[in-house]
Amino acid sequence: MSVLELEDLKVHFPIRSGVVFERTVGYVHAVDGVSLSVEAGSTYGLVGESGCGKTTLGRAVLRLVDITSGHVRFEGTDLAELSGEQMRRARSRLQMVFQDPLGSLDPRQNVESILAEGLEVHGIGRSRADRRAKIVDTLERVGLASNALSRYPHEFSGGQRQRIGIARALVLEPDVIICDEPVSALDVSVQAQVLNLLEELQSAFGLTYLVIAHDLAVVRHISDVIGVMYLGGLVEEAGADELYTEPMHPYTKALLSAVPIPDPVVEDAREQILIPGDLPSPSSPPSGCRFHTRCPWRQPERCDTERPELREVAPGHRVACHYAEEILAGELRPRSADVASDTPPRA
Amino acid sequence: MPLLTVDNLSVTFTGDDKRPVRAVDGVSFGMDEGEVLGLVGESGCGKSVTSLALMGLLPSRGVEVGGRVHFDGIDVRSLPARRLRDMRGSQLAMIFQDPLSSLNPVVPIGRQVTETLRRHKGMRGKAARERAAELLDRVGIPDPARRLTEYPHQLSGGMRQRALIAMAVACAPRLLIADEPTTALDVTIQAQILDLLGELVRSEGTSLLMITHDLGVVAGLCDNINVLYAGRVIEASSRQQLFANPHHPYTAGLLGSVPRLDAPRGEALTPIRGSINDTIDWNDGCAFAPRCDHYTMECLTGTPELVPAGEGHQHRCVNPVNLDPGPADADRHGHVAEGDNVR
Repeated sequence: MSVLELEDLKVHFPIRSGVVFERTVGYVHAVDGVSLSVEAGSTYGLVGESGCGKTTLGRAVLRLVDITSGHVRFEGTDLAELSGEQMRRARSRLQMVFQDPLGSLDPRQNVESILAEGLEVHGIGRSRADRRAKIVDTLERVGLASNALSRYPHEFSGGQRQRIGIARALVLEPDVIICDEPVSALDVSVQAQVLNLLEELQSAFGLTYLVIAHDLAVVRHISDVIGVMYLGGLVEEAGADELYTEPMHPYTKALLSAVPIPDPVVEDAREQILIPGDLPSPSSPPSGCRFHTRCPWRQPERCDTERPELREVAPGHRVACHYAEEILAGELRPRSADVASDTPPRA
Repeated sequence: MPLLTVDNLSVTFTGDDKRPVRAVDGVSFGMDEGEVLGLVGESGCGKSVTSLALMGLLPSRGVEVGGRVHFDGIDVRSLPARRLRDMRGSQLAMIFQDPLSSLNPVVPIGRQVTETLRRHKGMRGKAARERAAELLDRVGIPDPARRLTEYPHQLSGGMRQRALIAMAVACAPRLLIADEPTTALDVTIQAQILDLLGELVRSEGTSLLMITHDLGVVAGLCDNINVLYAGRVIEASSRQQLFANPHHPYTAGLLGSVPRLDAPRGEALTPIRGSINDTIDWNDGCAFAPRCDHYTMECLTGTPELVPAGEGHQHRCVNPVNLDPGPADADRHGHVAEGDNVR
């Protein structure tokens, strides 16, 4: 059963200009029509490069940014239609873990007060002692000793701070935790500790995760289903294994081939698909397929004019490319990438 | 003769009211002409400070530098400041992590690229501009003539890093130091930049010292790799050896911590416990001992030496792992089976 459902979610930020009278001169299409659903107890991984809208999407689910249009359904309730107060209550069941553990913890609050805040706001626990017992219990679950209670965020290492961030989300007994780049600020040896912790907590509490990250290896490690985002839209979605073994969208292929693998044997044997140029501006996204300006498989006409729908090509595998099947079958050949050109090579 | 020899380099930060901090604690390594060497470690291991010390870019106040650095037979650390400035940018060049803060925001790209050419080659005016355009073209920046007149903020992150590389290679340096050159970039852009660096090094025969925390980056690019921990080299080897057969438990632990894109799913990661804060002074023993699963009392009696183990492979550990790799105890992830090194 899907616990979280996004339907044609759009978040557009106005670009304003003018000194006295602000006029809206355009919009940044941060999230531009994303539909996906997350199964209860599973992990949905959202990957993409900076500027693809993945963080905005995560924040929009919790309505930390305003939704322009579309629906976010949590167990059937449309979060987009809730009043402020109702949404505030719903947040005890939908929690978030942020990227920067130091920046997201108040430096002047000790750990107990950081964790107690949510409990007080949501009226959980009868007394202070009651809440403290719950906090100690949660800290233990995330691998922190109870002597952490009276300490402040700066006294902890990066990995421990992220554990505090996780504890803050966990203490409210949420159903869904949105993890925005949960390990990207951490060193690799510590990264693995936090990833293992997230997995442990999921199996202990039956949590549902929406993990947002740029690191494909991290996402593949913990996700059941992966969605790949490019310029505000989902370009491909598949089970974690299938996405890796049989990527169908050219962008996914390029992304997979760009991730360095810590193994010289594999690295030497790999064939890289270098995609030229940079991400176009989300305020004036390219017409047609948003990836056509960088796509090595781009075909004339259709790719420039018609935006491909995310369509199901196999059970549980959706892709937004007009020519996904032809590319998979090898009927279309990629142009050799002209590595650093801003303009796509002309056909 | 090696191009660069670093012998027992140490850097200590001393504050007036603070305990001195030894960021680099006796680093020694050598680099041959045309070699690509990786310096790998996590934050706080001293990799960046090492590179700044090599370039003579550390402030003179509050920093004590010890040890010797020889570049092409010249003792770099005893050079007068003038001679060192002549050398930097022409023979030795550096690329930094953050391309935006390494460029002057109020000066057009063109003037920043030609500055090196003016300073070291005495090129002026049109000749310098043409050469700068050639360089931008060489590093794959489209429409170089137009880009020369633009300011850093008008370029994307990848383009800025290309511009920095163009400046670094302007005078065909013999040694290029790249400090986390792709960390601020997205993976697809990272792939472009790594491709460019590899290609430049191969075609020009430049030596490259690649400083990174990313084991994946060094696996594809470097000939040899030094792994740093708490300011010392703890393992040095060819890349093939290091990844197939890591001897130091820290190296093995790092490899076991990285989720691999090509690994079978569901395989648990084997993290290193604790954090870089859990360390002891090298004088008292092995700095990694508090986090090590293989430590014995022997680890806490004085500094372990860097000992050779096979062709071009050295490690600083008294209880090394994977010394005799059988199929059972050295799997492809490099993590270590229990009871692996009973002595």
